[in-house]
Amino acid sequence: MAYEKRFDGRGFDELRPMEAKVGVVKNADGSAMFKIGKTTAIAAVYGPRELHPKFLQNPETGILRVDYNMLPFSGHGDRVKPGGSRRSREICKVMENALLPVLDLKDWPNSVVDVFVDFPQTDAGTRCAGICAASLALADAGVAMKDMVTAVAIGKVEDKIVVDLNYEEDSYEHGSDVPIAMLPNSGKITVIQMDGEITPEDLVVIFAKAEAACRKIYDVQKAALRAKFKKQEDVS
Amino acid sequence: MAKPEDVLVVKDKSVVVPGEALATGMGYIPGTGTYRDGESVQAGRLGLASIDGKVIKLIPLSGKYLPKLNDRVIGKVIDVLLTGWRIEMNCPYSSVLTLKDATTEFVARGADLTQYFALGDWVVAKIVNVTSQKLIDVSMKGPGLRKLQGGRVIVVNPQKVPRIIGKEGSMVSLIKDATGCNIVVGQNGLVWMDGEPQAQLKVVETIRKIEDESHLTGLTDRISAFLQKKGA
Amino acid sequence: MTHVARETLLASLKAGMHLDGRPLAAYRPITVTTDISYSAEGSARVVVGETDVIVGVKLAIEKPYPDTPGRGNLMVNVELRPMSNPRFEPGPPGEEAVEVARVVDRGIREGGALHAEELCISPGKQVWSVMIDICTVNVAGGLIDAAGLGALAALLHSKFPEHTDDIVHYDRRTSKKLPIGTQPLPVTVFKIGDFFMVDPLPEEEAHMDARLTIAITEHDTICALQKGGSIPLAKEDIHQMVKIALKSSHELRKNIPRQK
Repeated sequence: MAYEKRFDGRGFDELRPMEAKVGVVKNADGSAMFKIGKTTAIAAVYGPRELHPKFLQNPETGILRVDYNMLPFSGHGDRVKPGGSRRSREICKVMENALLPVLDLKDWPNSVVDVFVDFPQTDAGTRCAGICAASLALADAGVAMKDMVTAVAIGKVEDKIVVDLNYEEDSYEHGSDVPIAMLPNSGKITVIQMDGEITPEDLVVIFAKAEAACRKIYDVQKAALRAKFKKQEDVS
Repeated sequence: MAKPEDVLVVKDKSVVVPGEALATGMGYIPGTGTYRDGESVQAGRLGLASIDGKVIKLIPLSGKYLPKLNDRVIGKVIDVLLTGWRIEMNCPYSSVLTLKDATTEFVARGADLTQYFALGDWVVAKIVNVTSQKLIDVSMKGPGLRKLQGGRVIVVNPQKVPRIIGKEGSMVSLIKDATGCNIVVGQNGLVWMDGEPQAQLKVVETIRKIEDESHLTGLTDRISAFLQKKGA
Repeated sequence: MTHVARETLLASLKAGMHLDGRPLAAYRPITVTTDISYSAEGSARVVVGETDVIVGVKLAIEKPYPDTPGRGNLMVNVELRPMSNPRFEPGPPGEEAVEVARVVDRGIREGGALHAEELCISPGKQVWSVMIDICTVNVAGGLIDAAGLGALAALLHSKFPEHTDDIVHYDRRTSKKLPIGTQPLPVTVFKIGDFFMVDPLPEEEAHMDARLTIAITEHDTICALQKGGSIPLAKEDIHQMVKIALKSSHELRKNIPRQK
């Protein structure tokens, strides 16, 4: 079967509309909202801060901890019971792997940088939106970072490779889902996962589409970070 | 003379984001907060680009306080030890104030140390030792170092502290003179103040304005005008 | 690490103002936005000063409790999310979260905010459960009142989904609203020294002697009370606090967006 037109009418390479804002959690050292389609991630960074219990401390560097959490009313069907699941624990780890390569916490031995990511609503692509939000929040917190991290789920629906799956595509029976986190300036990949079935040739197309999509996400991130600061014309 | 292939990509004093290319060509030298990646100099954090000839560095716009030797900090007593006190100071590392650095008085063994500093007391102290693992000693010996009685403490962006203090303390003097408040600015991003309730409000508003606008030129003039308008 | 010395705070209260210059019985600026989560049957985000909470309502078809076979179920849960304050840690709700949830729950339940009989589908077999989750984004003082305002706004903007027997079709929402009775709002009055106030800043809250949460309906009746803090209150104090709460509740109520 051929996938002629996307369920939501988007072009095959088209991302859903994005919105981003930094500084949304006042108590945090850095924070951001990243919205793509109907998936909304709010990320807050605390740290570097003191880490307890002591046995978790690393005397050579600060460490990163990510907490991914879907709010109870953010799922497609029934209420999501609070308290996390095996799925959410895996995603925490995936997000840590996505972000850690760009961070430099050597100046902060024994400390921790905590990143909390909550979702008030979701429509697939949560780990990717979470990574985009977390990366913004870390930059906002002033953590030393070599690059931003951008992420998007590329997928295959029937015969077509498509960018930024929504829930309908993600849960489609004859489809594959490839979440990818990419560093926009070096093009390096910090996360790749997949379920479904693709050919090795598909991967070439997937990477090309991911790179183009991540560039667009990076533009949104850059604009959001700059928007936090007043401009000269605002004050004179 | 710059080689023709040296190209500056960003303007001086512009806000740049992690990974952003600042300049290309081997003629440019990466300073603090930047790094070289092949031909280009990249931003290693969020910051304000500062270009000085061929050297590009970043002035941080946000970030936690990293303790430095000789910094004057504001802290809170969170524990009383056998021969001193533990001080929390708005960063991942607490510090220790030992008896010998706290007072010149003779203190007998086993004396009640809370008569000098009790839990919850606030102090302004100086960092006299920082190890690689961030074990920190502070001292109360020096001009202006003391217990902070009364007043209130607000948290500010530690990276903006130099602008709140101003050149040789000019900015904080301006605010003190205009409001009649007593103000102590800690390098660690804590500001203590005391004065009339209305005057304190003006101090807080002024400091928030400095935090919001210090990356733009003409700050001192704007702050003077602001204080004048506030009738302070 | 914000802090204010007690005598400095009292001087400000004596001058009739919070540390941010507001009158003692006034709230910080409030914004309420509804329908912020399409996956919830109703939702609201409430910002009071720097305090920020998100409330979502989920509906489900469940068996009623044996002692109330003809009435729907209500559950209020508060998640003090670790993102919202450095003192909160991941994990199951602690004492503070449970207290806020219970106070909001009592206002809604005892105030008759929901006509529970109208939530019954088949007595003894199927009723609607209304599950209210209050999740904090930023906690900076005055949490209970923000949570209660969010819960009410989310309830008022909830719509039933379609269902076949006990299967709920969450992707098909009807235009039918929840059976709302009264509209209770909790107002918390704080006592510090000899002064009474609403909506304290976090550094003010740290000096609290006592607080009294008073859930008030739009008819100015009281539907729940909860005293907090370790210092006892005199009867005159309580009368005074109720008076302040009634007045402040009118101000708070103006912020509820109209039902669509």
